[in-house]
Amino acid sequence: MSIKGAAYIVGAFEHPGRVLPDISASQIHAECAFGALADAGLSVSDVDGYLVSGEAPGGVTAMADYLGLSVRYIDTTDIGGSSYVSEVAHAAQAIAAGKCSVALVTMGGRPRSGARRAVPATAPTTPFEAPYGHSNPASYALAARRHMYEFGTTSEQLAAVKVAASKHAVHNEFAFLQREVTIEEVVESPLIADPLHRLDCCVVTDGGGALVVVSPEVYRRLDRSGAKIMGAGEAIKHTAGGALDLTYTGAVWSGPAAFAEAGVTPADIDVVSIYDSFTITVIQTLEDLGFCAKGEGGRFVMDGALHAPFGALPFNTDGGSLCNNHPANRGGMTRTIEAVRQLRGEAHPAVQVADCELALVHGTGGWLATRMGSATMILSNEDG
Amino acid sequence: MGVEQAMERFPIVEVTAEPELEPYWSAAREGRLVLARCSVCGATPWMPRPFCSTHPRAVVEWIETGGRATIYSWTTVMKGEGVFKDSSPYVLAVVELEDGPRILTNVVTGDDEHLCIGQPVSAVFDHRAAGGSILRFITDDARTGTPLAGAQHGN
Ligand SMILES: [Zn+2]
Repeated sequence: MSIKGAAYIVGAFEHPGRVLPDISASQIHAECAFGALADAGLSVSDVDGYLVSGEAPGGVTAMADYLGLSVRYIDTTDIGGSSYVSEVAHAAQAIAAGKCSVALVTMGGRPRSGARRAVPATAPTTPFEAPYGHSNPASYALAARRHMYEFGTTSEQLAAVKVAASKHAVHNEFAFLQREVTIEEVVESPLIADPLHRLDCCVVTDGGGALVVVSPEVYRRLDRSGAKIMGAGEAIKHTAGGALDLTYTGAVWSGPAAFAEAGVTPADIDVVSIYDSFTITVIQTLEDLGFCAKGEGGRFVMDGALHAPFGALPFNTDGGSLCNNHPANRGGMTRTIEAVRQLRGEAHPAVQVADCELALVHGTGGWLATRMGSATMILSNEDG
Repeated sequence: MGVEQAMERFPIVEVTAEPELEPYWSAAREGRLVLARCSVCGATPWMPRPFCSTHPRAVVEWIETGGRATIYSWTTVMKGEGVFKDSSPYVLAVVELEDGPRILTNVVTGDDEHLCIGQPVSAVFDHRAAGGSILRFITDDARTGTPLAGAQHGN
């Protein structure tokens, strides 16, 4: 059973906050839920499916209780920051199977104001990883170093990804880093884990977001335009028993699955919303999704290719996680929300891609040097 | 300064040695690196586990390695997090054992030593944690040269 055309994203809300010391993570979920439902023209009583991930305080039962939801479909997929891209696809599957007709996806957290969520001490991998100081930047730095070694990728090419995101963030009044940066600034910013500099990293923000996914029948009753779900794919890439390869991501599997289901190719995509935890994440993901050949990502992103609205492949037009927002250290939700804005024609006019018909969203959850969940989704502005 | 002193640059991280990996942890305590090898296909997965995913009914043998490896990728972490907050700079790496798996680890370097991909390194164990001895790797320069001379008198 395909999910092509089986459901629409008709509500999308990104919390405007970036530093939220005075409300709880639960309250962020609630404000996002109500924001997305209002955007769709729906209310809590319409919701019959609910999807959250690992950052949801108390899990799905506590959050359903807090929000006052009565649901008949539940999903708690946790593949890190890519979870929400997956969950939209899971909601579409559930809708196609008749398990629900109005699915709500919420996320939120406060890594800026509160504690980061710890890795559970019970994972079989913990004794073989926790002793080594495998921080997020260090993990992505290992992948960047190997990519440079095999393909000649440079720090300047990595920096070009940040520059593109920053050019877009200038137009986003809510962006945490609302300032254009130069390649020189990125490569001269302090090393966090070489070869990655501070400006190769995403921002750390509080906040959250929510999405409402509905059946075609519900969609036709509503006044709001949305994004039609065309296809999706998900995958886990891991250490493969020691045959680990740091030069690619799980997008090599999730991407082709999504393109095949949607019946389109990379050349058909008008705008991409790619989880940009670090600059290297974007370069590897672009290669893995087939927007350029393996190893060519560094050269591909130069000369404004990612700049909206006129670049060859406008990317992360809200400023992405690199500059706009990275709530709960999880980027998949905000990537999806910006793709919906583009398809509705509601992105900032300075970055709105003309005649935007097809958008690709991709999430990478986890670590490039060990294991990750990857989720790709293709969305269309078709109403029918 | 020997290997034991070189390890002091890393924080002590307690680990839980799960019972099914007792052969690994008891070898580690003796400073020996062993891998679980499938008796059918010869696979030696990392992290170690007492089964082969392809041949789950096959006998798994614990075999000793020479502990020689080469650097597959590395980074000098300038800003450690959590228990590594005060340990920067330190080297996080993925090394490839000779004819074996790639392993996430730390590399102990000599002062001002520049690392490169492909550089040989050797296994050393950090015995400070009560729960289990932690596998790290050391460069030849750090092992034999000053100021780390005497490393061979360690474990
Ligand atoms: Zn086997």
